[in-house]
Amino acid sequence: MMAFWDILISASFWAAAIRIASPLIFATMGELICERAGVLNLGIEGIMVMGAFAGWFAVYLGLPLWLGVAVAFASGMVFGALHSALTVPFGLSQHVVGLGITLLATAVAAFTYRLALPQVTSPPRIEPFQPWELPVLSDIPFLGEAVFSQTALTYAAFLTAFLVALVLYRTPLGLALRAAGENPSAVAAQGLSVTGLRMGAVIVGSGLMAVGGAFLTLSAFSSFFFDMVNGRGWICIALVVFGAWRPGKAVMGAILFAAFDALQVRLQQTPIGAVLPYQLFLAMPYILSIVALVLMSRRAEVPQALMVPYNKGER
Amino acid sequence: MTDPAEVLRLDRITKRFGALVANDAISLRLRAGEVVALLGENGAGKTTLMNILFGQYVADEGQITAFGRALPPGNPRAALNAGIGMVHQHFTLADQLTVLENILLGTRGLWSWSMDIAAARAKVMALAGRFGLSVDPDARVGRLSVGERQRVEILKALYRDARVLILDEPTAVLTPQEAEALFDTLRKMVAEGLAVIFISHKLNEVMAIADRCLVLRHGRMAGEVETRDTSPAQLAAMMVGAEVTRPQIAAGQAGRALLQLDRVTTPDREGAPGLKAASLALHAGQITGIAGVSGNGQAALSDILSGLLSPASGRLLIEGQPAPDRWTPAAALASGLGRIPEDRHKTGTIADFTLTENAVLETHVRPPFSRGGWMDWAAAAAHTRDIIEKYDVRCPGPDARIRLLSGGNMQKLILGRVLEAGPSVILANQPVRGLDIGAIAYVHGQLLAARDRGAAVILISEDLDEVMQLSDVIHVISEGRLSPPIPRGTASVADLGLWMAGEGFPHAA
Repeated sequence: MMAFWDILISASFWAAAIRIASPLIFATMGELICERAGVLNLGIEGIMVMGAFAGWFAVYLGLPLWLGVAVAFASGMVFGALHSALTVPFGLSQHVVGLGITLLATAVAAFTYRLALPQVTSPPRIEPFQPWELPVLSDIPFLGEAVFSQTALTYAAFLTAFLVALVLYRTPLGLALRAAGENPSAVAAQGLSVTGLRMGAVIVGSGLMAVGGAFLTLSAFSSFFFDMVNGRGWICIALVVFGAWRPGKAVMGAILFAAFDALQVRLQQTPIGAVLPYQLFLAMPYILSIVALVLMSRRAEVPQALMVPYNKGER
Repeated sequence: MTDPAEVLRLDRITKRFGALVANDAISLRLRAGEVVALLGENGAGKTTLMNILFGQYVADEGQITAFGRALPPGNPRAALNAGIGMVHQHFTLADQLTVLENILLGTRGLWSWSMDIAAARAKVMALAGRFGLSVDPDARVGRLSVGERQRVEILKALYRDARVLILDEPTAVLTPQEAEALFDTLRKMVAEGLAVIFISHKLNEVMAIADRCLVLRHGRMAGEVETRDTSPAQLAAMMVGAEVTRPQIAAGQAGRALLQLDRVTTPDREGAPGLKAASLALHAGQITGIAGVSGNGQAALSDILSGLLSPASGRLLIEGQPAPDRWTPAAALASGLGRIPEDRHKTGTIADFTLTENAVLETHVRPPFSRGGWMDWAAAAAHTRDIIEKYDVRCPGPDARIRLLSGGNMQKLILGRVLEAGPSVILANQPVRGLDIGAIAYVHGQLLAARDRGAAVILISEDLDEVMQLSDVIHVISEGRLSPPIPRGTASVADLGLWMAGEGFPHAA
C-alpha cells in the first residue's frame, strides 16, 4: 500500500499523467465542438491516425515542428470537410459516415506511409518537441516538475481547452453553435445558417482531433507506427460524455484517465505487480473509466439535437 | 392617404395552393396601440396569412406595408428587421440554454468577440419589469413552465425592438391565470404604443382583449367588426358560417350501445386537460361527433378508447360489460375497436415500412398473416393488394415504402386496414386533417358506409362543419367535460360554437 501512495505523491507521476492527457485533450475538444453543434464525429479515431502521420511526415520532410502541427490540423480539416458534407447537408447517418471516415483516414495514412517509405524496416525518427521549463513557474516545488516542465504542445492543449470554453460560453458564435446542437430551428428562426455552423464545427473539430494524433508523433514519441492511436479516439468520445459536454469537466476527465494509465504502468513495477497478471493493470484505466462514466453521465445533459439532421421546412 | 399611426397594412393578399384558395383578397390594417384579433377555425387561412407576412410564402397577389414601407416578399428577415415579432404556437427555444442565451441568440454578429452580457441582461430585466414578464434570465429554458417559455418568446421579440407583436393562439397552452397575466402584459404593451395581432378561436378572450376583430372563413374575410359593437354569438356565427348549406345525409339507425363511458375521469397531462366525469354511449349504426377546440381533452378521450389510458375513476363498458382490467391497445383491438389515429405520420404508420408491413401492423400476430410465429408475407401482400384495389390507394405497389404516398392515399390505406378488420367500434380522430377535398369526401363516404353496416363510429374533429355534417349525435368537449348528447339538428351552429368556447356550457345531468 505504501508503494501506492508513494506513486501518487511523486511529481514525476503527475508529469506523466499530464503528458498522457494532452493528446486526449486536443481530440476531446475537437469531438466536443462537433457534438455541441449536433454532429457525432466517429471519424475521430482515423482522423487522429491521419494527424499523427501527416504531422510526422511533414517534419520528416524537413518542415519545422510547428508547421508539422499545422499540416496535421489541415489534414484533419480535409476529413472533417468530407464528414460534414455527407452528414450535414445530405443528412446521412452520422454513425455510418463516421466509421467510414475512420476506416478511410486510417487506410490513407498507412497507404501514404508505405508509398513514401517503401524500403524502411525500422520506423525513421524525427527530433520531437523538447520539454520547455517555463521560467519562474518551473521553479515552484512539485508543481514546477509536474506541470511546468512539459513540451510546448502540452501547454497548447490546455490553452486550446481554455479557448474552446471561452468561445462556447462567451461569444455569439459559441452561443449559435450550442443552439444548433439544441434546437436548430431556433437558430434558423434568427436567420443564421445551421448548415454553415455545423459544417464549420465539424471541420475545425476534426482539425483538433488530428493535432491530438500529431501530439503522439511530434511530442510523445518520435516515430509513426500504424497502431499508435490505439483506441484513444474512442476514449475521447467517452470523455465528452464524461465531461457532460463541458470543456472544463472533459479536461478533468482526460487527466483522470491519464492518471489511471500512468498509475498502472507504475503499479506493475511494485510488489503487487509481481502477483497480479499485467493484463489486469492494462485494463484498469478502461474499467475505472467505465465506472466513472456511469457515475458521471447520469445527470449529463445531452445536446438535444445531437445526431438529428436538420432539414429546412420539416418540423 | 396614409394614417400616421398605421404600423402594418396588408392589401388584398391572395394565395392559392393549386385549386385551393388559402387567402382570398384579405386586407388588414393595424394601428399603433391597438389589438386586432384574427379569428377563424382551423384551415380558415390564418396561418397562411402570417406565413406570407413572415416571408415563408410569397403571395400571388397583394402587398404588405410595414411602417410606411413595402416589405419585400419571400424574405423571412424582412418582417423581423421591420420591427415585427411573432410568438409561434410551437416555441423556437433551445431547452438547455438559459433564458438570456435564448434571447441573445442571433442578435450579435457571429464573429464579434464579446456578447456584452451585462448590458443585455440589464435590457432584458428592464423590459421584463416594464411589461410584467417576470422570468429568471439565468434559468434553463427546459426547466420553465409553458407560460414562462412564452414570456421568453415575447421578450425575444421585444429585445429586438419589435413594435408589432403577433401571437399565434397564445392561450392554447396557458392556464387561465397565466392567460390573465398575458393579457396584462398585452395591455401594457399597447399602452406604450405597440400593436398586437392576436390569433385565436377563443371568443371570450377575443372579447376581453381585442379592439377589433377580423374573421376569416375558408380563406375569405367573413367580416371585420369593432369588438364593442359585437357579441360572442355574432362572432361565432361569422366564424363557422351559419348560412353554409351542406348536402343532407340520411340519419343512421341507432342500435344498442356498443361502448360506454360512465363518468370517466383521467389525470391532466402537460398542458392538456384530462376527462372530467365524462359520460358517453356509442351506439351501433350511429356516428357520434365530438366537437371542440383542440386541447380540450380530445387526446385523453382518444387514448381511453384506444387502450392507451385507463380511467382514474369511472367505468368503461363494452357491450354493457366492464372492460378488461388490463385495458391495453391489444385489449381494445380484441374487443373490436378500429382506430384511425390523429397523426397518420407519427402513430398511424411507420414511414420506412412498406405498404404491406403497414397494412398488417395491427393484425400480423394472428392468422392468416402469421402462423406459429412465422409471418406469411404472401397472405399479407394479397391482403394489401385487396386494400389497394378496394380503397383506391394510388401507389407504386404493396412493396413501396409508405412515406412515398400522399396524405390522402396514406389515409386510404389506414382506412382499409381498419375497415377490413371488421370493427364494431371505429375511432376516427381528425380523419380528414390535411386532406384534399376529394380524399375528404372519400373518407367521409367510407365512415358513413361503415355506420350503415352497423358499426359505432366516434368522430373527433376540430372542424365543426365536419362534425355537424356527419354526426347523428354530437357531444361538445370543453376543458375535459363532455356535454350531454345533442341529437342531430337540435342545436344551432352558434350554440355549439359558444359551448366549444366554454360559454354557457350545458352541464351533464
